[in-house]
Amino acid sequence: MGGKQDSANATAKSESMATKANPDLLNSFSFKSLKLKTKQQELLIRVSILGLVYVLAFIARLFSVLRYESMIHEFDPYFNYRTTLFLTEKGFYEFWNWFDSESWYPLGRIIGGTLYPGLMVTAALIYWTLRFLRFFVHIREVCVLTAPFFASNTTLVAYFFGKEIWDTGAGLVAAALIAICPGYISRSVAGSYDNEAVAIFALLLTFYLFVKAVNTGSLAWALGSAFGYFYMVSAWGGYVFIINLIPLYVLVLLITGRYSMRLYIAYNCMYILGMLLAMQIRFVGFQHVQSGEHMGAMGVFLLMQVFYFLDWVKYQLNDTKLFQTFLKITVTSAVLVGSIALGVGTASGYISPWTGRFYSLLDPTYAKDHIPIIASVSEHQPTAWSSFMFDYHILLFLFPAGLYFCFKRLSDATIFIVMYGLTSLYFAGVMVRLILVATPAVCLISAIAVSATVKNLTSLLRTKQKVPLAGSTKGAGSSKASSKVSLDQSQPFQKNGAIALLLGVFYLLSRYAIHCTWVTSEAYSSPSIVLAARGAHGNRIIFDDYREAYYWLRQNTPTDAKIMSWWDYGYQITAMGNRTVIVDNNTWNNTHIATVGRAMSSYEDEAYDIMRSLDVNYVLVVFGGVTGYSSDDINKFLWMVRIGGGVFPVIKEPDYLVNGEFRVDKGASPKMLNCLMYKLCYYRFGELVTEYGKPSGYDRARGVEIGNKDIKLEHLEEAYTTSNWIVRIYRVKPPTNRL
Amino acid sequence: MASRIGIFVVFVAVFLSLSSFSSAQDLQIVNAERRIDLSSHIVKAFLTLKVENIGKNPVAEMLLAFPPTQIKHLAMVQALAITGKKKKKTYLPLDVKPTEQADAPNDTGYFSVSFVSPLGPGETVTLEVLYILTHSLEPFPVEITQSESQLVYYRDSAVILSPYHIKQQATIVKTPSTRVESFTSIEPANRAGKEIKYGPYENRAPYSYSPVIIHFENNSPFAVVEELVREIEISHWGSLQITENYKLTHGGARHKGVFSRVDYQSKRSASGASSFNALLAVLPPRVNSVYYRDDIGNISTSHLRTGFRKSELEFEPRYPLFGGWRATFIIGYRVPLEDYLFEAPDGRRYLNFTFGCPLVETIVNKLTVKVVLPEGSKDPSAVLPFTVNQDLQVKYSYLDIVGRTVVVLQKDNVVPTHNVPFQVYYTFKPIYMLAEPLMLVSAFFFVFVASLAYVHIDLNIAKK
Repeated sequence: MGGKQDSANATAKSESMATKANPDLLNSFSFKSLKLKTKQQELLIRVSILGLVYVLAFIARLFSVLRYESMIHEFDPYFNYRTTLFLTEKGFYEFWNWFDSESWYPLGRIIGGTLYPGLMVTAALIYWTLRFLRFFVHIREVCVLTAPFFASNTTLVAYFFGKEIWDTGAGLVAAALIAICPGYISRSVAGSYDNEAVAIFALLLTFYLFVKAVNTGSLAWALGSAFGYFYMVSAWGGYVFIINLIPLYVLVLLITGRYSMRLYIAYNCMYILGMLLAMQIRFVGFQHVQSGEHMGAMGVFLLMQVFYFLDWVKYQLNDTKLFQTFLKITVTSAVLVGSIALGVGTASGYISPWTGRFYSLLDPTYAKDHIPIIASVSEHQPTAWSSFMFDYHILLFLFPAGLYFCFKRLSDATIFIVMYGLTSLYFAGVMVRLILVATPAVCLISAIAVSATVKNLTSLLRTKQKVPLAGSTKGAGSSKASSKVSLDQSQPFQKNGAIALLLGVFYLLSRYAIHCTWVTSEAYSSPSIVLAARGAHGNRIIFDDYREAYYWLRQNTPTDAKIMSWWDYGYQITAMGNRTVIVDNNTWNNTHIATVGRAMSSYEDEAYDIMRSLDVNYVLVVFGGVTGYSSDDINKFLWMVRIGGGVFPVIKEPDYLVNGEFRVDKGASPKMLNCLMYKLCYYRFGELVTEYGKPSGYDRARGVEIGNKDIKLEHLEEAYTTSNWIVRIYRVKPPTNRL
Repeated sequence: MASRIGIFVVFVAVFLSLSSFSSAQDLQIVNAERRIDLSSHIVKAFLTLKVENIGKNPVAEMLLAFPPTQIKHLAMVQALAITGKKKKKTYLPLDVKPTEQADAPNDTGYFSVSFVSPLGPGETVTLEVLYILTHSLEPFPVEITQSESQLVYYRDSAVILSPYHIKQQATIVKTPSTRVESFTSIEPANRAGKEIKYGPYENRAPYSYSPVIIHFENNSPFAVVEELVREIEISHWGSLQITENYKLTHGGARHKGVFSRVDYQSKRSASGASSFNALLAVLPPRVNSVYYRDDIGNISTSHLRTGFRKSELEFEPRYPLFGGWRATFIIGYRVPLEDYLFEAPDGRRYLNFTFGCPLVETIVNKLTVKVVLPEGSKDPSAVLPFTVNQDLQVKYSYLDIVGRTVVVLQKDNVVPTHNVPFQVYYTFKPIYMLAEPLMLVSAFFFVFVASLAYVHIDLNIAKK
């Protein structure tokens, strides 16, 4: 503005000062060129929103780093960290052929053939790239920040996906919603270095590229989708969801008469290439052609060919009647051949039947009855309503609204997102951990609801603003304005209503943001290795007992010592303690786990024989009686009994219960009071006063005085107990000399 | 010319060594008193010697002899000459260096002490010698349980080993507590409280030796750092980053059998008497960004007190250390550069920092100090008051292209007395400081230029 005024003055004053006015003119010119067109403005706003969302998604996940430290969380991430470390130190071939003798003693584990390497390779590539660029970061930092980084990338994919199925507005809202959605944050905070961290990105990318391929019919997008699928297969076992959802989607399109050449190209390219690529992952191998879980995709693939063939025949015949009979014959014979092939394959054992995990997904009660080891994991429990509310908050209400919008504007893309949303929501109801898979779909559909609603409301408001203007210029109002006026008259409080609704939407969204931040900081940002509590004076007390114990093992036991513990702690012991374990979180051998369960639930002398046969040197138990830490081994004990009893019928669950009740006090069953686990947890605990005003040996985790205070150990001795008693380690004594 | 000077130097050296050799009989020690402090696991011995020249020639230096069992545990020998009477005493540090003697009986090791000025015939001088022994307390019993207290052996001679005739001498051994299981008695010897006194003995011939064993209680923390790597990274942007990698172990009697947390918690006095769980590191003043961690993460049990003259970091390992237990950890901190980096008159820069281990009362078996000079610095040289192994390495850090020169100083058997300043000189052009920021700037610049170019270039084959 100033520039303009100046130039006007200059020209008014004198023409001789034209030389001076020249720079002013230049000024005004550059100022004008700075003014952006609406389209450019929109682009700028969009890019900056996306950029902010990208950053937000990253920093929202750093609570745990700020509050604790840059460390790996939970259980499985420790295995991933250990393997990544191995990969970066020894190289890819060593990693691929790694036989790990430190776990599953004495069986060992072929790591290269039994893991999804996507995550480790991704982290290693990031690490090597950074080192190449002369950023000498520690591999741990890379691992810790992999999940937030990929969460940020997911927001970008969500934006493009939203843009593809609805419009850019929906894409932006979807990116913002998924950036802070607790359902996703729970698995992608800094430090939760797990397969899901990368897999959700790969999952959404595959879906996006596939939908894009279906929309455009472009071979390039289909190829991209195949590579996305390959990445997903390399990263997580959840790829089975893709390879079943996409065929299902294609089937639905076929049934609803939406078959097109675009679909044919997209699916065939994606399926064939994706399948061939997926076979390169050793853990997956030939499952795409041999396992029952992947047969649906193949069936749909064949069906596509039949469809194409029929289309061609129809075109060639040009006779409806003849074609109808031909159709009947071909369809029946195709179905017959398919079912015969499937039957023969299954009967001959070439095609493996569905696995227990797959069944437990379809039927929530299956695991409880048949696979206790799956049922024992807390994240495999059916989801409670509260956790839906906790993880989705307002998305839970926006989701149906979004479905309504999707159905209202049905297209290939919206059909896909509806199917993705509904199927994944069902699985999320079966298993808590699968809320994660449903989250992107829920966010996208909710984003459609929000975007469509806000768009409608604002367009109403905008036309409103013109109405009084049109009213003031009486008579000169255009036909468009007058029609709005008439519309306004039909609904008198439309403007106010729209404003109220808009405010309501913004209120809800801001509540959502507050809820997400709160959930992230309170519930999902604790590493679970380090426990924190508030002291009596509001000070922060840290229980670092796990690492204390693991580091003690690492430093003060012989390097070839074998540690027996419940499988939950296996990965952590090998990663942090650097010692050999009997069982770990890769629960591939049920019998081995059952043997450990049996040892834990037997009397000491029986357990001693089992431990001797497994060369066990140390036994590690987790005990929360002093601190009131409730997820300890006594509370997990019934699962040990169940899993042990599942293989060894000597162990019977009722022996440990009194009238169907699990007790540790005086009323507990005699077998319970004398089994190895009880003895190891409560050894010399009877001498300790844990709480003021309570008798000695008061278990704070269960709130009772223990039943057996006089515990004598014969074959084991206390080797180490951490400062808060959370981890107790016992040494297995060598057998006494025979006289 | 040069060769003639060389010959002359050799001649003088031979003459000097001959004279010192012959002087062995010229000197005698009139009075010797030795105080051995056994209160911690670092054995400190103070010798007060009154030396007289009974020969005819002036003597420039004298010898200190150590038995072979001690010579390999000897961490440090210092000598001071005392001049003046009481109250007006002045101490002059003397030059001490290890020497070899051709006729050394039974592998005796020697140190030669040079007097301030050669000792004339009939003159006397009083010397104070301090020597420090490490790993000289042998636990016996070798393994103890949690409730037992730690007993150790100390072996030495009741009379001072010396190549000279000693007219009168006494040795006083100070033990940490009154509990002494046994001690070899060589008359006259007696024990009172925490002290055992051997002597006075009179007129002992050169190389007299009468071994004694003292068996006593010592529950002081036997904190032994098996290996310490200190990395001092100089950044001319204003800070000195120090990273210290410790491999700590309890060097006392090995822990045997059960570790009971109940006993350790409730009967603190009677349980794990020889164990320790708190350590103290003395850090420089104005220290900041201190961290204490190990391979598996941060360790939360530490307190820092910053002071005007020093900072104290009080920390605990993850678990109490019993005999034979190990703990490895890392301590890192940052100090402002202006306190430690100076410019020498000749234009070179030098770092003036403390050698040794910041932990109080610990022995370091192997100490490596790495001084990482900034990228582009040249001609490094280190100046130390004692001999160390020196080496040069190259390290790559953030955004380095040619790498940084690392001066590696390595010394075995280090005790807190080695915490003395040392200097590393090097030349550095300040323009190198700008290399890395310029690199970043140009990288970003090229990224933007490339994206500009990409936006404006149409690579499409098909016509629109």
